[in-house]
Amino acid sequence: MRYVVKRLLQAIPIVLAIIILNFLLLQLAEGDAVDVLAGEAGSATPEYMAELRAKFGLDQPLPVQLAVYLKNVVFLDLGYSFRHEMPVSELIFDRLLATVLLMVATITLAVGFGVFLGLVAAMGLNTWRDTAISIFALITYATPLFWVGLMLIVVFSLNLGWFPTSGMENFAMFYEGWDRVKDIAHHLVLPTITLALFYLALYTRLMRASMLEQAGQDYVTTARAKGVTENRIMFVHVLRNALLPVVTMAGVQVGALIGGSVIVESVFAWPGLGMLAFEALFSRDLNLLLGIFFLSALLVVAVNLVVDIVYSSLDPRIEVD
Amino acid sequence: MTFWKLFARNRGAVIGLLILFLMTFLAITAGLFFPADPFSLAGVPMSPPGENGFLLGSDSLGRDVAAGIAHGAKTSLLIGLLATLVAVFVGIVMGALAGYYGGIIDNLLMRFTEMFQTIPSFIFAILLVAIMKPSIESIVIAIAVVSWPAVARLVRGEFLSLRNREFVQACHTLGMSDIRIMLGEILPNCLSPVIVIGSLMVATAILIESGLAFLGLGDPNIMSWGFQIGAGRTLLRSAWWVCTFPGIAILVTVLAINLVGEGINDALNPRLRERT
Amino acid sequence: MSRLLDISDLHVALPAESQRPYAVEGMNLHLDPNEILCVVGESGSGKSLTARAVMGLLPKPHVQISKGSVVFEGEDLAQASDERLREIRGSEISMIFQEPMTALNPVMTIGTQIDEVFRFHQRMSGKERRSRALKLLQDVQLPDPEQTLKAYPHELSGGQRQRAMIAMALALDPKILIADEPTTALDVTTQAQVLKLIKEMQAAHGTGVLFITHDFGVVADIADRVCVMQNGLVVETGTTEQVLGSPSHPYTQALIAAVPDLVPRPARPRSTEIVMRVKNLEKTYRSGGGLFGGKGRVVHAANDVSVDLARGETLGIVGESGSGKSTVARCIVRLNDAEAGQILLGDVDLRPLGRAAMRPHRSKIQMVFQDPFASLNPRTRIGKIIAQGPMMYGASAKEAKDRTLELLEIVGLDARAYERFPHEFSGGQRQRIGIARALALEPEILVADEPVSALDVSIQAQILTLLDEIRDRMNLSMIFITHDLRVAAQVCDRIAVMQRGKVIEVGPTSTMFANPTETYTRELLAAVPGKDWFSEKKIAAAKPG
Repeated sequence: MRYVVKRLLQAIPIVLAIIILNFLLLQLAEGDAVDVLAGEAGSATPEYMAELRAKFGLDQPLPVQLAVYLKNVVFLDLGYSFRHEMPVSELIFDRLLATVLLMVATITLAVGFGVFLGLVAAMGLNTWRDTAISIFALITYATPLFWVGLMLIVVFSLNLGWFPTSGMENFAMFYEGWDRVKDIAHHLVLPTITLALFYLALYTRLMRASMLEQAGQDYVTTARAKGVTENRIMFVHVLRNALLPVVTMAGVQVGALIGGSVIVESVFAWPGLGMLAFEALFSRDLNLLLGIFFLSALLVVAVNLVVDIVYSSLDPRIEVD
Repeated sequence: MTFWKLFARNRGAVIGLLILFLMTFLAITAGLFFPADPFSLAGVPMSPPGENGFLLGSDSLGRDVAAGIAHGAKTSLLIGLLATLVAVFVGIVMGALAGYYGGIIDNLLMRFTEMFQTIPSFIFAILLVAIMKPSIESIVIAIAVVSWPAVARLVRGEFLSLRNREFVQACHTLGMSDIRIMLGEILPNCLSPVIVIGSLMVATAILIESGLAFLGLGDPNIMSWGFQIGAGRTLLRSAWWVCTFPGIAILVTVLAINLVGEGINDALNPRLRERT
Repeated sequence: MSRLLDISDLHVALPAESQRPYAVEGMNLHLDPNEILCVVGESGSGKSLTARAVMGLLPKPHVQISKGSVVFEGEDLAQASDERLREIRGSEISMIFQEPMTALNPVMTIGTQIDEVFRFHQRMSGKERRSRALKLLQDVQLPDPEQTLKAYPHELSGGQRQRAMIAMALALDPKILIADEPTTALDVTTQAQVLKLIKEMQAAHGTGVLFITHDFGVVADIADRVCVMQNGLVVETGTTEQVLGSPSHPYTQALIAAVPDLVPRPARPRSTEIVMRVKNLEKTYRSGGGLFGGKGRVVHAANDVSVDLARGETLGIVGESGSGKSTVARCIVRLNDAEAGQILLGDVDLRPLGRAAMRPHRSKIQMVFQDPFASLNPRTRIGKIIAQGPMMYGASAKEAKDRTLELLEIVGLDARAYERFPHEFSGGQRQRIGIARALALEPEILVADEPVSALDVSIQAQILTLLDEIRDRMNLSMIFITHDLRVAAQVCDRIAVMQRGKVIEVGPTSTMFANPTETYTRELLAAVPGKDWFSEKKIAAAKPG
């Protein structure tokens, strides 16, 4: 418990730095929400625009705006989206679930299958299985996400008709209860595979290399010298040690994964944070964009914490007190 | 001599290198074979591959897909290379300073890279490009900004372990200056992992560039594979070729670079190879 | 009587591109119950692969038995199936290794790792296995067996880990124990304890022990019989008395002659001129802690250290790992910054000097490092490694080159070395290059940090002789850091013994060896392997007729 608190405390300055960095970067962008609103309204007088700016607090000096924003963030008030005419936090929490769902499914699939495939490849070193898995990993590691998504749509949605092309659920059917869960799961399949393939390749390669490295360690010789069976050596001695770098990498990749979800959400019209961020960027909805960055940073911190706890349960050399 | 011999032992790497040469050739000669602007209307829209004089078909505006691929090769390779060079340079400088001096510089760098791991890097790249307005420069900068921390971490680790190596300490006892120790003694000994990560980074940079272009954040005046796929995604049902061929181009190029990177790795670290 | 283990005409083949076709060639060797047989040799002699061949643990398919037999109680292990070998390993024949840290699985408790031996060889209830494991840990004299069962390897000290390894190896009362350099990674006092333990356990169970080592001191202490190997060949086999007392093969003779003994060299008059005074030196290390980390651990690596160095003498600083001896050396050459005290070179206190102020004094104190592989930049030619020092201090390229060639000759290397890279040289040759580099600046003081501990014993003797010659020839004063009292006895005029950051005793080598005042010094002296045998030999040799 103390460890969790300590890790959370350590994350605060990083999250804070991210907020400030993004806040300042967005100030560099040309035009603010008022410009966009005014542009859409067609003819806005400078007086009216100034009035709007004053209303949104955009006429204040920069440090004041920043301080006000930070103060609000502490109270989880992420400001108001003038585009959507809704509080940012509401908008974000609406979309959060979709992204978390996609992330959890992707991480599970990528890590689970990556570990499995890496294990199979390492166990049958230089056999056809190893070769097939290595080629598969090599190719998926080189394929752009959005293209995989489009090709999956062509094959599995348009030609075979197995999966829906877009969206998270079929609203027209008004599913409830289990049926709704099944419907969402059905929609989830292609986006998850798309996003997971690249990371799957990464973990497969890492796991294979890690297994091979661990298999050459002294403790493996000791286990053999004790007369322990090869199965036990592989699945108990080597596997646990080989998992450590994979778990570390999974933690490091969480941020990148959320980034990748922008593309996947865009391809599959998945109503998550990535889509929202993309829309916010083009409508100059800066408050919303800042809020999304803040929340995704929190998400990464949370997932990393989980990864750390998993890691320390695998490696007794890390002390959690 | 031995480097090439070791490199050539990896058949995949040799194939990768050939493909890469081919792609480079395609990029250089794009203007020769497809002298027209790849954005211009070249004939009947929506022609399937092989018809109406289109080798790989045309899109809804009658643009030649093959011409786009040839010109896109230039964009992808150029941006991949430039972004990597910038990222590697910045990464080496920061990583070397942090690893060698430790202390505050190191602490700052580590916090900084931690921050970059916490920001979703692709969204950050989108943000940077959007703020700076899409152009080759802004794309290169954005990719470099999200890529350099990986190099910095690697170089820092190498410097950290090498600075305590006895041959470096011997230089201290001779009274050698820091800059000379860093550049003359330590750096040459950590170049091989940097070269390997650099070669793989070119591949990642190409993937990021195509992703940006796909989302409509490419340089509007320059043809790119990602842009082609993005423009063709609405035609998935009717004109599969518009999306498919540029995607294959990306896949093959990135694959080739990865293969070459692995070949370099094997050649520079021969003992890793012997294990398998 | 039937042999316990009978190795005949054993050939272990190496991969095609290796330096020689066989790691072990035509070996004939046998082991009887209740005896300790030491296989001795320098690095590359094939002694470790012999042990692996018996266990069926050769790194197949690259290295394998190509000819010959290893007969254990009537069964040829060279022909046995993998499954049969697995049954034998751990129950009939078991093994302990050099580095107990890496030889134990870092993520499993000691208890689980011992338990595996029972689980994979016998049917026993969990309760019985546990009580057997506890008994084993008691037998190897580990403190608090209950707690040790639950401990992970990193929570034990090096000596404790090796005891746990021994417990594991002896769990099923095997007929043969193979020990591959089991004490090489341990401190000398721990080594003595572990050797004693192995001997006791062997006697109690009547085990046949195949003990691999490079150290003739250990051989003298523990062996019943000895087998000497060189380049894959057995050159001599016999009882310990025979082999150590009257070696017949020239290689054995040379090896035994090279073993340093504990008899200090004859005292030399000490110069009255003191070239360096270290006064009340303090250095602490903090580990752990951090920005939010709370209190870290503070280690006092140098605690009120004071020593004097007279012109032309060699001062030994002796201690076990963690005693602070290397820290003191590094503070003197200003690789580390001491926090308090004085390092007086003549009248100048070097301790507080900044980098720029230190520079003119750098050339006067030079250092020779421990690891001949890490101490030379792998990408720099030997000529440049040696010449760049003088050139930084203003020598012309021509002068530096002449000086380098002269130094190469002094340290006994060919002038052709100038154009070559470090990887083309052996460990001993590299150490010579390191010495030449240190001498290039014509220092007054040479600080040598464990300069021979990574070298084979015959090479050790050569480097020690070289250092002695150089000191006389160049009128150097030397500070010699070592963990090995035998080495210290060979080269040091005076010795300072360090323990936990403090100098506990300083004095002339002969006086200290004859009459150590501190208990710890006495323990160190008592723990030196083979001291009785080799000291008697030397004393006997010193009294002619």
